[in-house]
Amino acid sequence: MTSYDLSASTFSPDGRVFQVEYAMKAVENSSTAIGIRCKDGVVFGVEKLVLSKLYEQGSNKRIFNVDRHVGMAVAGLLADARSLSEVAREEASNFRSNYGHNIPLKYLSERVAMYVHAYTLYSAVRPFGCSFIFGSYDQDDGPQLYMVDPSGISFGYWGCAIGKAKQAAKTEIEKLQMKDMTCRELVKEVAKIIYIVHDEVKDKAFELELSWVGEVTNGKHELVPKDIRVEAEKYAKASFPSSVAGEEGNCSGIST
Amino acid sequence: MERHLMDSKIKGVSTGTTILAVTFNGGVIIGSDSRASIGGYYVSSKTINKLIQVHDRIFCCIAGSLADAQAVTKAAKFQISFHSIQMESPPLVKAAASVLKELCYNNKEELQAGFITAGWDRKKGPQVYTVALGGMLLSQPFTIGGSGSTYIYGYADAKYKPDMSKEECLQFATNALALAMGRDNVSGGVAHLVVITEEGLEHVVIPGDKLPKFHDE
Repeated sequence: MTSYDLSASTFSPDGRVFQVEYAMKAVENSSTAIGIRCKDGVVFGVEKLVLSKLYEQGSNKRIFNVDRHVGMAVAGLLADARSLSEVAREEASNFRSNYGHNIPLKYLSERVAMYVHAYTLYSAVRPFGCSFIFGSYDQDDGPQLYMVDPSGISFGYWGCAIGKAKQAAKTEIEKLQMKDMTCRELVKEVAKIIYIVHDEVKDKAFELELSWVGEVTNGKHELVPKDIRVEAEKYAKASFPSSVAGEEGNCSGIST
Repeated sequence: MERHLMDSKIKGVSTGTTILAVTFNGGVIIGSDSRASIGGYYVSSKTINKLIQVHDRIFCCIAGSLADAQAVTKAAKFQISFHSIQMESPPLVKAAASVLKELCYNNKEELQAGFITAGWDRKKGPQVYTVALGGMLLSQPFTIGGSGSTYIYGYADAKYKPDMSKEECLQFATNALALAMGRDNVSGGVAHLVVITEEGLEHVVIPGDKLPKFHDE
């Protein structure tokens, strides 16, 4: 165990690269982000923990715009995530410059994953400590959702979760029939899941960051409008008959 | 004419040319003549191929300096092929045309070649794109190019109809080429036509003596 974990360029005797695993632990320390793909779009929800009352509302965004039709929700070391969002933006921009059309999400996700992977090969650098979920909507290919993790692999999903409550969130996501839902219905469910997995005891206040891209936004990735977000939060809070987020109630983990 | 002569002294073999591409219902026809000339007074080849295949369902026709056009299409063919393998799907015609456009625009000082890119893809079906000398990219239902095209603008504008059948389109393209080759001294030889559809390609070659004849021939 000792000395096999000092650099990313070393394997352990049982075939693991510890630095990459430690990077994934960094993601697990961050608050939860989820992305779900439905019939006509993709919705992101992020549990943004508010560490200080002095923060301006809406600051420290965890959801980025990578291109007009692509959004990215992150978990892990925010600084790493921000620099990678620039990488993703450049890839998308160069693609459009060279080939004249929107970058397909599968390709973008693979390119960013390749970049992340490169940082897991050398001892001179450390792996990126963040995972991200990419989502896009295109008239011909429909909605797409991909996730990239610090080891540099990317997979396509119908629904995925990253961050500290990802297991609980995944369980909730699996209950949904997302293939038959529209974005408007899904927004409310995403808000509900974030409220469900939020740990009232350990983390007090949080801001819900919601964004979507789909037919409802004409293929443009944007933050969910305030009135729809408020309605979604109302629905989420109403699903907790006994306690509401913000009260001193003992509400943690899953509720049925 | 002066500049044309001077250019070919520097550039060598040039394709005074007639090229065209026309969409029809279900596909696109791309066509050209086959003459390569030097300076407008010597025919260096009667049978060159100006229709370059850059991918399974995408063709380019070339006009201008033959050397420049071949160099550019060779580079473009490689880039499009690589792109298609990376994307794991056939390239969009728009993507192929964009690749050519980038090459033309970024090297506009050195190059003197224009292209017509035409093909079929799953997303938008049959398409035609013009890539002009300086790197302008334009999508059109049909387009004509090269020195011989000036003689057939009237014919093409009057006779083109959208959504033609394959036979009507072949007749239109053949007539257009024949008329241009009849009037432009630096266009001639045989007429090459390629019909591109979802199902495949069909290469039609019409020798000079089999081209349609018009009133004074």
